[in-house]
Amino acid sequence: MANDTKILITGGHVIDPGQWNGVADVLIEGGKISAVEPNLQQKFQKVKALKIIDAKGLLVCPGFVDLHVHFREPGFEYKETIATGSAAAVAGGFTSVCCMPNTHPVNDSRSITEFIFAQAAAAGKARVFPIGAITKGSKGEELAEIGELVDAGCVAVSDDGVPVMNSLVMRRAMEYASAFHLPVIDHCEDSMLSRGGSMHEGAVSTELGIPGIPKAAEEVMVARNIALAELTGARLHLPHVSTLGSVRMVREAKARGIPVTAEACPHHFSLTDEAVRSYDANAKMNPPLRTDEDVQAVREGLRDNAIDIVATDHAPHAVQEKQLEFDAAPFGIIGLETAFPLTLNLVEEGILSLEQAIAKLTREPAQVFGLPYGTLVPGVAADVTLIDPNATWVVDTARLHSLSRNTPFAGWTMKGKVVKTIVGGTVVYDRDETS
Amino acid sequence: MSFKRKDLLGLASLSQEEMALILEASEPFKEVSGREIKKVPALRGKTVINLFFEPSTRTRTSFELAAKRLSADVVNFSPSSSSVVKGETLLDTARNIEFMQADILVLRHSSAGAAEILARNSRLSVINAGDGWHEHPTQALSDLLTIQEKKGQVRDLHVAIVGDLAHSRVARSNIYALTKMGANVRVVGPPTMIPLHLHRLGVTVYHDFDEAISGVDVVLMLRLQLERQGRSLFPSIREYARLYGLTSERLQRAAKDVLVMHPGPVNRGVEIAHDVVDGSAAVILEQVANGVAVRMGLMYLLSQRN
Repeated sequence: MANDTKILITGGHVIDPGQWNGVADVLIEGGKISAVEPNLQQKFQKVKALKIIDAKGLLVCPGFVDLHVHFREPGFEYKETIATGSAAAVAGGFTSVCCMPNTHPVNDSRSITEFIFAQAAAAGKARVFPIGAITKGSKGEELAEIGELVDAGCVAVSDDGVPVMNSLVMRRAMEYASAFHLPVIDHCEDSMLSRGGSMHEGAVSTELGIPGIPKAAEEVMVARNIALAELTGARLHLPHVSTLGSVRMVREAKARGIPVTAEACPHHFSLTDEAVRSYDANAKMNPPLRTDEDVQAVREGLRDNAIDIVATDHAPHAVQEKQLEFDAAPFGIIGLETAFPLTLNLVEEGILSLEQAIAKLTREPAQVFGLPYGTLVPGVAADVTLIDPNATWVVDTARLHSLSRNTPFAGWTMKGKVVKTIVGGTVVYDRDETS
Repeated sequence: MSFKRKDLLGLASLSQEEMALILEASEPFKEVSGREIKKVPALRGKTVINLFFEPSTRTRTSFELAAKRLSADVVNFSPSSSSVVKGETLLDTARNIEFMQADILVLRHSSAGAAEILARNSRLSVINAGDGWHEHPTQALSDLLTIQEKKGQVRDLHVAIVGDLAHSRVARSNIYALTKMGANVRVVGPPTMIPLHLHRLGVTVYHDFDEAISGVDVVLMLRLQLERQGRSLFPSIREYARLYGLTSERLQRAAKDVLVMHPGPVNRGVEIAHDVVDGSAAVILEQVANGVAVRMGLMYLLSQRN
């Protein structure tokens, strides 16, 4: 994606978490950030072939990094492809995304990993980093060839969608992965406790007569995984933390120095199980929408950094699948194109500072997986997202870039709109050209 | 006051007045079923489709009789004989039925919310004949009619609902119906069969049947789904019957003129003893008779809307 064009982004409010928070110009040369300073424009007035992007009134941030997406390719291209998924990513301001291995076949091999890289390069939008499977076929039995997956470019391992129920297998996976300093992700769900469930088990599920998934199904596995991380010293990353109890355990584990990181999804800090009342399967995901107490706990966890990052768990499903009866419809919602404004809501509500919110979408996730992105420090790849923080827009599913339409936020008025997304110095999304 | 709804999906959203209206409309139809010629022309020329995705003999028969006694044309669909086995979605099936110019669709489905999803996407009048563990409103309305006939009114009665509350649509609909009509409702069962936060529906939760049955005016027994044994909900049918079965000894703790109800089919000797089923307190067959009347009244009201 490197190119020779010089780009100067002028007059924007630059937020590079921990580095810069104020009005500045950003110079991009050779696909890399070369300077972030005020009034660069004057110095470069005579330079030819300089493309100027006027960012007055806009936020200029490192491109967002999402550690949790499902791009469905290979195997389920009718839900999403790597091309459509990365188009949705850049439309949402994400320049790097990490895709879960629950494709068909499962990404437990070099050939699938290389296929994903090739498809992402062909799409030419976001950077796509594959996450390899923990076990062969994600069956939870034998370890996948994790060394080979790392060599092929996988940035973490997970059997996402399927919990690793066998604690010994999980222990061995953590031990083995620690040789590569590789983060291990486990979808925390005791599948015996959650069996048959379609939504959070509580007052609403009781009223609706929908089989429930108790909080304990998540919490017993969070507890187990923390204990195994303590035992093995492995890097544990906990995806989509959804309950008060989980937040509490992560906070306590961090205080004791256990190497654990955690993510929260926008839907888990924006909605409760009340959203299920209309039996709309677009409010069905796993872990499910919880109660107000849990939403508050997730927000508090983001505030005090018990929860390190925001991740989308972007999980596309076709319209006909989500039109099914609630218990028959698949779990998951898309999230890439609504994640930023929903996170910005936490700033509006005084829970996060703007810089903290941006950090949880950029620097922090990059650090969790050790990716050299999520910052505007000179020398790094020029992945930049420009945002109009005051623009309001209505979520119209017909205008989303994802191939799927399964969002509970359809019709919501959002504040904060991605205006331009730059990857490696190339503008890959421009609101004014697509709308 | 007239019934303004297109569908009957559940009793959670119905007002006391709307329920009273359905009962009022149902009562005259009891007389029709007692005639030699059991037919009135109220729904002549209308088409009623019974779409049953779960096996059911009595509810389907009750709806079918109700529609036929109103002179409607009735067609029964069941999954094995419809296109569902070919992978057609519920909504597509419903749209097809809609374009065959049917008027009322009676739906029984294993998924909670199936009737609501269908009603929202169709012009048909949808009657929920049971959706998963959610609601079975016509059953509860016939129970309400039975109690009203026997007791004069429902208000201030003490009613115990006994058994597997967690997996029972009959229980949920009855809880809504009875509490809205002003009854005091107790629910009784092992903690494994009482769903979380059930008390928020305005009921008092008991685990000891002997305590819960004391002084009640109505005991509503739920059918034990015998296939649930082995899923750790209860250790054995023997122990379940001992703790939560209704015997004549237990029944003596209730009010003198107690009514014993059961939505059927009855597991004799499990949730209810043989002699109680056939005893003088039982109104189980009246519930069945009232079921036809309530379904007639409801279909009549829904067809008046058009």
